[in-house]
Amino acid sequence: MWNRETIEAKWAGWTERAEGALAFFRPYRRRLALFLAVVGPGLIVSNVDNDAGGIYTYAQSGAKYGNTVLWSLIPMTIVLYVSLEMCSRMGAVTGKGLSDLIREEFGFRVTFFLMFLVLVVNFGNVMAEFTGVFWASETFGISRFISVPLAGLLVWAIVVAGTAKWVERIFLTICLVYLCYVVSAFLAKPEWLIALLHLLPPQLMQYIPTVHPFVQVPPFSASYAVILAALVGTTIAPWQHFYLQAAVVEKRVGPRQYGATRNDVLIGSISCMVIVFFIIVCTAYTLYTAGIHDIDSAKTAAIALKPLAGKWASALFAVGLLNASLFAASILPLSTSYVICEALGFESGIDRKFGEAKIFYGLYTALIVTGAIFVLFLGRFANAILLWSQVLNGFLLPVVMIFVLILVNRKDLMGDKVNAKGFNWVAWISTVAVIVLTLVVAYSSIRELMGHPVS
Amino acid sequence: MLYATELMGAKTYDAQGNYVGKIREFFIEPADQPNRIAHFLFSRGNFQPLVARYDQVASVEPGSMRLNVNERLLEPYEPNEAWLAVQKDLLDQQIIDTSGRKVVRVNDVDFAEQRTNGSVELRVTQVDVGLPGAVRRLFQGIAPRKFIRKVQGQFPQRAIRWEFVNLVESDPLRRVKLRITHEKLEDLHPADLADIMEDLSAAERQAIIASLDEETAAAVLGELDARLTTQIVEKLDPEKAADILEEMAPDAAADLLADLPKETSEELLEEMPGQEAADVRELLEFDPSTAGGMMNTDFVFVGESSTRDEVLKWMREEDLNLDQLDTIVLLDRVAQFSGTVPVARLLLAASEQPLAELKLEPLLSLTPDASEKEVFEIFDKYNLRMLTIVNEEKQPIGAITVDDVVSKLLK
Repeated sequence: MWNRETIEAKWAGWTERAEGALAFFRPYRRRLALFLAVVGPGLIVSNVDNDAGGIYTYAQSGAKYGNTVLWSLIPMTIVLYVSLEMCSRMGAVTGKGLSDLIREEFGFRVTFFLMFLVLVVNFGNVMAEFTGVFWASETFGISRFISVPLAGLLVWAIVVAGTAKWVERIFLTICLVYLCYVVSAFLAKPEWLIALLHLLPPQLMQYIPTVHPFVQVPPFSASYAVILAALVGTTIAPWQHFYLQAAVVEKRVGPRQYGATRNDVLIGSISCMVIVFFIIVCTAYTLYTAGIHDIDSAKTAAIALKPLAGKWASALFAVGLLNASLFAASILPLSTSYVICEALGFESGIDRKFGEAKIFYGLYTALIVTGAIFVLFLGRFANAILLWSQVLNGFLLPVVMIFVLILVNRKDLMGDKVNAKGFNWVAWISTVAVIVLTLVVAYSSIRELMGHPVS
Repeated sequence: MLYATELMGAKTYDAQGNYVGKIREFFIEPADQPNRIAHFLFSRGNFQPLVARYDQVASVEPGSMRLNVNERLLEPYEPNEAWLAVQKDLLDQQIIDTSGRKVVRVNDVDFAEQRTNGSVELRVTQVDVGLPGAVRRLFQGIAPRKFIRKVQGQFPQRAIRWEFVNLVESDPLRRVKLRITHEKLEDLHPADLADIMEDLSAAERQAIIASLDEETAAAVLGELDARLTTQIVEKLDPEKAADILEEMAPDAAADLLADLPKETSEELLEEMPGQEAADVRELLEFDPSTAGGMMNTDFVFVGESSTRDEVLKWMREEDLNLDQLDTIVLLDRVAQFSGTVPVARLLLAASEQPLAELKLEPLLSLTPDASEKEVFEIFDKYNLRMLTIVNEEKQPIGAITVDDVVSKLLK
């Protein structure tokens, strides 16, 4: 049995296998290079999620319900990833932006009304971002009449003066500033293990004998549901889908690079949620434990942190807020003008000169200038602006998600890259869940605006 | 002038005044006449959709149309791939404006009436890509026509004449049936065509490259963004891809192949003829960030003792690549590099003057392993247009031209 031939044959098999294993590692440099070339859109789009409205909502939920809201982060990561992945896939396969596809498949009138909604909703969001700048600067005692115009000028200049590559590098660097919240959370000295434990649904964990003494079970009340819905509503915004797909097209991602883009989206979704985790933990172990359950703005949260976690925690929280607001304030007007110009057939893109794309740059400038002016003179209504922008988001999101789902399942557009069956189920269920939750947010926000706070 | 938007949904009656249905679509039959609306499609509730031919139309105006035959003579509708549908294939789609050299989106299609004995034909005159068309699309059927016409008059007209409209159809079979050619695109400068292609979707780019001749395709690929180029070449049929690569300058071909997966580039190299493949293979060996990676092996060299007339005579006979014919490399008796002569100096020289007397001073060259920074510095210092690359035996193996330097600097 063990003659020379069989031994040699066996060895030959082994060397082949060893070579196979080596071959797996050989292209890693190439893979890494490929990933770095297409990384960006996914990471940027999910981090911009944590904007002024987002941070306010996270801080509020942490202050109000402590650790008990943490379990929603994992399902939210899945929903965020699923909804964004579809758009990046559409961009890579069709080479067309979402608004382009909607125009080609649903005609001019539908597109026009959708674009009108996008404009209104995103304008609301832009105002919310300037509100964030205003809150952050007041934490440091700087007047909004200095900070808001300065912020407007800064974001306008970044895009108008810079080239696409340069702008993206700035944006990617900005993503790092979110680490402020990690430091802030550490300064709050939380019980990490217990916080991590709450990432799993406490409703189930309370039945596991060794851990149950540490588990806090969330109260099932209307206001708790509203907070959960607000978390989802601020985390998944309609403009993200447009932005991501356009960016994937602009980066010339094709089917071969798509794997790297999907990883980019996945890493983006997870990193976004990691930051949310730290924000909630930070407020849970300071404001919640100190009994400060109701905060009316992100500024209040930053100021309330000072006596509880020290001035550094408070300052970092405010810096994070400023960064997030500036980041979103430069991306939102940009994405809005892109999408609208693309759909209605005007020249667009930051690689074009001012004279070549007048409407594009005009719209971009108008959004920033009017957004900043509104916030300057209506500063007293900051909370109302923020709530309204969330309500509007909530109304637009289901519409956009349904368009996405219809388009991504079209065989003539996507070929064999339509949603896989299981994925499609997840996508539709997420969409329905998002619709229900955003309706809850909209309802409660409207009630609050009418003067009936839900709590 | 009539607009497709205003006619869409027009109520149609036959010769006897019976209601036939509403207009749902206009078809052009490009194989027959490139701009005539050859067929009209009507629908009426649950009845079978009917089709009228161009010679069955008696009169047409916004909102209503009259036929000159009885309803029973109309044929039931059957989908036909050779018909170009105004609504489905044109409205809201992207087209290439060959006169303005860009990609635009169609808002509306304009028709002109042409009366022939007893019938009215509609001819497509131009496509509307401006705001007036957008206004019509938005308000048609909602606001009165007078109002629409008034509002649209406030905006400047932006339209493209039908002759300059180039459709993009990604299905090759349908493209043949619709007689879509890209001849007009071949007349554009490759750099303009490359810009146009960057605005299109992947399938559309593929369709255009596939239909261009190899020479134009090679020139366009040379101008396109590197990632797009590799995406296109990967999806091409290997034989066609090899033919295109053969037309490209060896350095451009090598850059392209370096970005492809190993198996694909190997397959393409095998399809290419021996000499071209060998040149490209040689270049692929060099690191792209060195002089070797930037150089082109396609350069003109002659013996230094030959005279101006001998060289000119030889150049006329050879099939030389004119793009590279800016500077001539001189060799001495042992085939070592001995200097360069710009063609401008050659022009002014006396007919019997040997080239050795015309060469530039000082003698400059680099080896292939020199870094790109060294290349940039030497170009800058001596204001070069071309630099010779030599091997260890001092034999010239390639040349870097100033356009290679410019594109490298822009990256």
